[in-house]
Amino acid sequence: MTEPVKQHLIDPEICIRCHTCENTCPIEAITHDDNNVVVDASKCNFCMDCIPVCPTGSIDEWRVVNTPYTLEQQFDWMELPEQQDLTVSGSESADAGATQAAHPEATGPEVIEALDDNIIALLNEAHSGAGGKARAPATAGKPGINLYNKGRPADAVVQGNFRLTSQTSDSDVRHIILDLGALPFPVLEGQSVGITPPGVDDNGKPHLPRLYSISSPRDGERPNYNNISLTIKREEKGLCSNYVCDLKQGDTVQLTGPFGATFLMPNDNDAKLLMVCTGTGSAPFRAFTMRRQRSAPAGSGNMMLIFGARTPESLPYFGPLKKVPDSLLAKHLVFSREEGKPRRYVQDEILHQQEKVLEFINDGNCHIYICGLRAMEEGVNKAFAEIATASGLNWEDLKRQMRDSGRYHVETY
Amino acid sequence: MSGNTEISYDSMIPNNVGLSSDKRVLKALEKWHPGYIKWWNDLIPKKFQESRVYLRTAVGVDPKGWAKFDYVKMPEYRWGILLAPQVEGRTIPCGEHVGEPAWQEVPGEYRALLRRLVVIQGDTEPASVEQQRFLGQTAPSLYDLRNLFQVNVEEGRHLWAMVYLLHKYFGADGREEANDLLRRSSGSEEAPRMLGAFNEETPDWLSFFMFTYFTDRDGKMQLESLAQSGFDPLSRTCRFMLTEEAHHMFVGETGVGRTIQKTLEVMNEAGITDPFDIQKIREHGVIDLPTLQKKLNLHYTLSLDLFGQEVSTNAANAFNSGIKGRYMEHRIDDDHRLSDATYPVSRFTGDGIQLEDVPALTAMNMRLRDDYTKDASGGVGRWNKMIEKAGVSFTLKLPHVGFNREIGAFAGQPICPEGNVLSQESYDSQVADWLPSTADGDYIQSLMVPVTEAGKYASWIAPPKVGIDNKPGDFEYVQLHMA
Repeated sequence: MTEPVKQHLIDPEICIRCHTCENTCPIEAITHDDNNVVVDASKCNFCMDCIPVCPTGSIDEWRVVNTPYTLEQQFDWMELPEQQDLTVSGSESADAGATQAAHPEATGPEVIEALDDNIIALLNEAHSGAGGKARAPATAGKPGINLYNKGRPADAVVQGNFRLTSQTSDSDVRHIILDLGALPFPVLEGQSVGITPPGVDDNGKPHLPRLYSISSPRDGERPNYNNISLTIKREEKGLCSNYVCDLKQGDTVQLTGPFGATFLMPNDNDAKLLMVCTGTGSAPFRAFTMRRQRSAPAGSGNMMLIFGARTPESLPYFGPLKKVPDSLLAKHLVFSREEGKPRRYVQDEILHQQEKVLEFINDGNCHIYICGLRAMEEGVNKAFAEIATASGLNWEDLKRQMRDSGRYHVETY
Repeated sequence: MSGNTEISYDSMIPNNVGLSSDKRVLKALEKWHPGYIKWWNDLIPKKFQESRVYLRTAVGVDPKGWAKFDYVKMPEYRWGILLAPQVEGRTIPCGEHVGEPAWQEVPGEYRALLRRLVVIQGDTEPASVEQQRFLGQTAPSLYDLRNLFQVNVEEGRHLWAMVYLLHKYFGADGREEANDLLRRSSGSEEAPRMLGAFNEETPDWLSFFMFTYFTDRDGKMQLESLAQSGFDPLSRTCRFMLTEEAHHMFVGETGVGRTIQKTLEVMNEAGITDPFDIQKIREHGVIDLPTLQKKLNLHYTLSLDLFGQEVSTNAANAFNSGIKGRYMEHRIDDDHRLSDATYPVSRFTGDGIQLEDVPALTAMNMRLRDDYTKDASGGVGRWNKMIEKAGVSFTLKLPHVGFNREIGAFAGQPICPEGNVLSQESYDSQVADWLPSTADGDYIQSLMVPVTEAGKYASWIAPPKVGIDNKPGDFEYVQLHMA
């Protein structure tokens, strides 16, 4: 059976026929007749160059189709066709996913984070800790999703693979830099990519993909280079993590994605960010911090990070993190196994910073992000509840309100 | 300027023209810049200067650097100098030098001609900001307020673009011209803007939408033909400006469209089927279609005047010298010299309106105006589709090019919108049916009530179908400064 594909379309009711997209497209995939301006599905490579230049927003339309609409069909349209109901092989959620693709806006209740059924399941699971439907921040950029899938993955070349934790630590966390070369791979901070380990499982079937958060900002690990970075911990017997952690410079790895349309940062440098993480949960926050650093170098930061690990030696990015100025990011590192010191967890530090935390959650422009091991959720939630209750606030109400307005985000595993 | 207040122009002005290594131009711009900031600050009310506006800023010419959306206070907007990337091996596309390598420096013999074109184009950019200076006070929504400011800051950037060319390529004369661009002012008695249409105040938002639809479209056509220039820096500048101009077209087309939409909705809700039942329609606080037709007649014909005389030796010279091409020159299949070609031009004689073939070289303005009319009719067609869809029996039309003209073959002639030549008496007795009257203006003015709550719109205009940067309907496009 044919894999459904994502097709790029232009809304003829919104388009003003200025032809700016047509003049911008580097591969002449856009054309027009007297009636409509249309995208040729056989040519479009999702480079997204046409998206920002469109003055109307009509260019940002997508349908998941079994057979792409032809140019002639599109020339005849007076309005866009509805998204057809497609049944994607696999889980039940896939159907919903394909239907929702008609409206990939990040904010509405129909937000779609991925098209592949198993990726949708992974993200739903990761975001479940928020206790309700995840929403993107109102000012977040519009994420591109599912530009590459398992039928058409993106080849990335390993530019570097660095150990982030001390050699003496038993935790081996890696910073992997991947070069996408000439392939368009637009990402937003907080999005993930899929990696499928090579080979087959015991039943002779290909392995399922794993999701990894991107730890570099949208303009690249190095500004204006088409590269991204990942933060990956080697798990004992972990099939995919060992595969990725063993990659050498020059190796090629296949990526799918990007995925995720809610765990994103606001495009508003005045928005306060309160970030709580453990271990490799720091990956998206590294991206957030670098984004702020690059987009508002003189900004006041408005960011607070509470980061837990067992020891300083096992805390990823311990060195570079210390160099980030406090004016940009207030850093609170806590350790649960530091020799000769009491065990401290992120929830302890949240309570310790009560005054500051209260100031953040009372601010209507504050966004909370929690990322890391699932085990942290309960303690963190309790700590927030305690602080809220002490000043007469109902934490569950506040949390719901923040979540519904795209200001409370959980991604745990 | 003392050391610590010195502006780092290279980091402050996004540019791809190597500004930091061009000391001479850098110095010239440093001298010019305070005047520009003063002009901007004097023009835009303080309340709006302090407000945070969700604007699109170009920080690079490649699509990735193109549309950075963020809240910014307008005086902190990053007015950049951005030229479309140089096309390797580009040749002069038209005129007697066709096929020769494009000029990277100003050719001496065409210096005066080029400077004049740059100055005229540059003069219109700040002029429109001046014309629209009072509109912020009556914006029908925060969404529209944002769009107005987006248009304004981009017109400001277009001024920068022209000033850069003047400083970079025209020496002392260029600097003087650049200063004059800030000295002249729309509607001023002693130093008005160069083109008549840019000295009229934009009195209300419907006029603003009509202006951006019709008059900015003239700007677009002029930019399109300057983008064909053999003088490569001008071509590259204009190509990039066109990308921004598309937003202005959008504001115009959707602004008029939303006005029509609201009228149609209200008519249907109230069960009004006769579009000419003006009194009844106006009771509902919307603008009736016949009045919209009158506004259209006015703005279209004022804009036609901007194309100048139908037959013009200046225009012929500009084309023949390769300084200014035709609209979509690269897509036209001919010899691009036009040494023997002819083009039909309308004339007005005692016998009425006639078409007459003249040498195509001299008919450049007429040709561009014809291209303009075709381009402008597209949106009118889309508005008519909305009217049709709503089941209202009314069709908006572009009037005949002879109607209400002050420049060219039809100047001052009593020609009706259908193109019939009338007696002066007959014309005078009907002109109130064709052009907005003072009473029409007063009615429109009465609707201009500011709406500052996010997601809310004034009575006479429908919300947009799609938000800017895909924002939801209640997005706060402008965080108003409350003094």
